Amino acid sequence: MPPPRHPFRAGFRDCLPFVLIVIPFSTLFGVVARDAGLDLLQVMSMSVIVIAGASQFTALALLQDGAPVFVALLAALAVNLRMAMYSAALVPHLGAAPLGARALAAYLMVDQSFAVAVRRYEDSPGMTLSQKLRYYFGCMAVVCPIWYGCTLAGALMGQAIPASLSLDFAVPVCFIALLAPLLRSLPHLLAALVSSIVTIGFAWLPWNLGLPIAAIAAMIAGAQAELFLRRRAARRSECPA
Amino acid sequence: MIGAGEFWSLTLALGLGTFLIRFSFLGLLGGRQLPDWLLLHLKYVGVAVFPALIVPAVLWPAATGGETEAPRVIAALLAVAVGLRFGPVGAITAGLATLYAAQALL
Repeated sequence: MPPPRHPFRAGFRDCLPFVLIVIPFSTLFGVVARDAGLDLLQVMSMSVIVIAGASQFTALALLQDGAPVFVALLAALAVNLRMAMYSAALVPHLGAAPLGARALAAYLMVDQSFAVAVRRYEDSPGMTLSQKLRYYFGCMAVVCPIWYGCTLAGALMGQAIPASLSLDFAVPVCFIALLAPLLRSLPHLLAALVSSIVTIGFAWLPWNLGLPIAAIAAMIAGAQAELFLRRRAARRSECPA
Repeated sequence: MIGAGEFWSLTLALGLGTFLIRFSFLGLLGGRQLPDWLLLHLKYVGVAVFPALIVPAVLWPAATGGETEAPRVIAALLAVAVGLRFGPVGAITAGLATLYAAQALL
């Protein structure tokens, strides 16, 4: 695919479908956060300072549960650890940009824009650094304003939503929406299964300490399953029976 | 109720920590490579963390006082199944629609 003539506009266009996910997710954060007793300034500060929905839900849910701040912080940071991989994957494309541009790209790094941008960079290897940067910021020009705006909308109408709507259930549903597309191989499925079982087994632990235990067990299970499948594939190709 | 001191210390620390995670390779470490074993485990961060958040929220929700309710379990299972096939928007739609339908019927 040739480099896009207007990279910013192309990024904007390619990210548009994700509006369908960002609108309900960010609105919901505003509603849930107001429901947890945060004021308008607190809700908006969290969305602007952190700009990572899944971790915001996590931190809020744990604080509301009475978990200590450091436990809520560790759990929320664990949810965001995946972005270290995004950061590593963007180095070959944006690593040569000026420090300020890289810092802004880091602040704006979210699942959807990362996935869309890297796919485009790989499809159009001829893109220059400046084109890649403009494409990336074009993606974020869709996601970021909606994230702020819909958080605000949700926070403003939060109190108007009746409890009978069970909106609290939308939080696990959003996590399911983020999880389902990740279940794309046997090791991924196995890791999710291990995480679920260990979470139930350690549910008696205080302060949600079952979460880091389950996450570490699941990552080891996924990695080991992948290594096992690789070794088996290697053995098969060595001696085709 | 969440205390103001708790809230602000958490939000500022989470904001700083999240930025450092995002900036890590792109900004601070330059092009240096992570060890392979770490990259291998990092691939599974999402599938390892999300179920640990989903399962307790579905089985023992605060909204029901920690009681397990069939409509929530059914809705969550359907959301996973539909999400596998139709992606995130499908999961959200199926989850909420099933919950309301099951609550009305059961």
